[in-house]
Amino acid sequence: MYKYDNYDQAIVDARVAEFRDQVNRRMAGEITEDQFKPLRLMNGLYLQLHAYMLRVAIPYGTLDSRQMRMLAHIARKYDRDYGHFTTRQNIQYNWIKLEECADLLEELASVEMHAIQTSGNCIRNISSDQYAGAAADEVADPRPWAELLRQWSTFHPEFSYLPRKFKIAVIASPEDRAAMRLHDIGLELVKQDGELGARVFVGGGMGRTPMIAPEINPFVKADDLLSYIEACLRVYNRYGRRDNIYKARIKILVHEIGADEYRRQVAEEFAHVKTLGIDPPLAELERISAFFAAPAFDAADVEPDRSDPDFAVWLDQNVKPHKQAGYAIVNISLKPIGGIPGDASSAQIDVMADLAEKYSFDELRVTHAQNIVLPHVAKRDLYTVWQALREADLANANLDLISDIIACPGLDYCSLANARSIPIAQKIATRFADAERQRDVGELKLKISGCINACGHHHAGHIGILGVDKKGVENYQLTLGGSGAEDVSIGKITGPGFDEDGIVDAVEKAVEKYRELREGDERFVDTYRRVGMDPFKEAIYG
Amino acid sequence: MKLLTGNELGSGAVTWWTGSGWSIHVEDAVDVGEGGESILHAEEGARRVNAPYIIDAIPTPEGPRPAHIKDRVRALGPTVRPDLTLKPADPAAGDWII
Ligand code: HEM
Ligand code: SF4
Repeated sequence: MYKYDNYDQAIVDARVAEFRDQVNRRMAGEITEDQFKPLRLMNGLYLQLHAYMLRVAIPYGTLDSRQMRMLAHIARKYDRDYGHFTTRQNIQYNWIKLEECADLLEELASVEMHAIQTSGNCIRNISSDQYAGAAADEVADPRPWAELLRQWSTFHPEFSYLPRKFKIAVIASPEDRAAMRLHDIGLELVKQDGELGARVFVGGGMGRTPMIAPEINPFVKADDLLSYIEACLRVYNRYGRRDNIYKARIKILVHEIGADEYRRQVAEEFAHVKTLGIDPPLAELERISAFFAAPAFDAADVEPDRSDPDFAVWLDQNVKPHKQAGYAIVNISLKPIGGIPGDASSAQIDVMADLAEKYSFDELRVTHAQNIVLPHVAKRDLYTVWQALREADLANANLDLISDIIACPGLDYCSLANARSIPIAQKIATRFADAERQRDVGELKLKISGCINACGHHHAGHIGILGVDKKGVENYQLTLGGSGAEDVSIGKITGPGFDEDGIVDAVEKAVEKYRELREGDERFVDTYRRVGMDPFKEAIYG
Repeated sequence: MKLLTGNELGSGAVTWWTGSGWSIHVEDAVDVGEGGESILHAEEGARRVNAPYIIDAIPTPEGPRPAHIKDRVRALGPTVRPDLTLKPADPAAGDWII
């Protein structure tokens, strides 16, 4: 885990003091809401349907038990005893009081956390692979790179007022667990002739114009990477469409001028940036990497006893292989059947913190699928961990199954929403509650957004659902065939939309059609790609 | 009818103009007719409300019903957490939203 140095701590503390002063001035009427709004947004504080909402950054989704306990403490003391983990690996609190926000941020700063750059047209929290440092297929640990980018992008003066928000993801495995190519910049660390560098993808995104990022450079050497990304941002900052909010994301620029022209401009700018000497010395990267050194793995390689059938099912579904013999990666599902995807109570957050401290070298990860990971659990401890999770209603064996649904807050919380997302997730999960049926259906990524902003990644769902407003009534569009993984694709709309019950029926019909048509061990999305939309359309609209 | 609504500045809670002050209960809201704008400016200026706006609503025997679903969600609370709404004891309260 990265540890703040004095400089990191000083800038976060100074920011809390500054915001406290801004809040006081707002409360005293010295500044208007129009003046205050951009200031609070820079500190992650939104005004939502019911109250202020605070988004707290969890850098590349990594945190330790002390930080996780602080998240529980904040939920208890400043909110209503729960938090919502998001698709950007952050946490949101829904009931924050402006009057208490500075105190909250001060407590957060005491564990090296903050809410800076979680809103606004700046570089947002860097996201990454939740299995970083544990995955068997990674060429390097992506976190030192994500941390370097975090330091570079924090308060970067030139990129504080970009045309639009900017999201970067870093992975280091051929398997993409971070929807890398649906980010403004996606980096995949790769090795070429033994040298580490990055494939650079630019101009992906969801929202109203979903796009898959084209590859802009197949290999940027490690010691050129910051300069190269700086050049990518500079071209965008200069030419991005500030005149039209719907065309202001970098994906539109790359699309309009074309990947070749964008690449050419970046190369030109890079040649200039490289003369500025902004790339850190190798020693700095080594200093950062030391924080992410592998823990002292020493457990013997024992296979867990599978005699408890419920445990065995969970083992098969939620536990993934670790690069170190004797260890495993544990996925904690925040998707109980009928529950709210991504929500966890303070008590549950504390349980996960305790388990991380005892059994996972003090580490936790938040996933973009709104689940939690214990990255380094000794196989001999798996049964104990499972029992503790089950006690806390956290042992759902549904990872990547149809009830492991991504859903944005939707109209239950979000002021931009057209329709509710969470009740749809609850109804679908309940419809497919039968564990054997779910497992028979197999991997199926279902994603729901309450409006076209696509916070729930619906474009990237094997099955995607989008809430729309049909003359004041909630209505839902269905898409099929999306993916946020290495087989990235954007889903296609099936046809006319549905009401709340209709959409649940339509999903079930699509799933049953798949069960009828599948060959071999095809997943839902594989069958869809083979047979196309028509058979599904017929089944749904019949 | 027209209602005036916004959020409390300090707590962020949803509030409704009652004719003489603010209430968290939409049942207390009154028709502001064409006079909403001037109340809005005065109340916002005095920081008794934040981000106020005027909405359409339909009068019913139980009180005003905001015309748009978004404002009905604001008036009650999240439908998926009845325990956190203004009517935690009434499991059917959410039906009013839809
Ligand atoms: C509740 C308050 C929220 C507000 C007001 C909000 C607002 C927005 C807006 C306006 C966009 C579109 C921006 C654009 O295309 O330029 C967006 C996109 C997005 N938001 Fe949110 N959001 C909220 C919550 C969330 C949550 C809870 C998540 C995670 C579950 C999330 C994750 C995302 C993602 C992944 C995108 C897509 C980014 C892209 O276009 O590539 N947001 N959000
Ligand atoms: S997709 Fe729309 S409804 Fe859902 S959280 Fe994002 S802005 Fe809100």
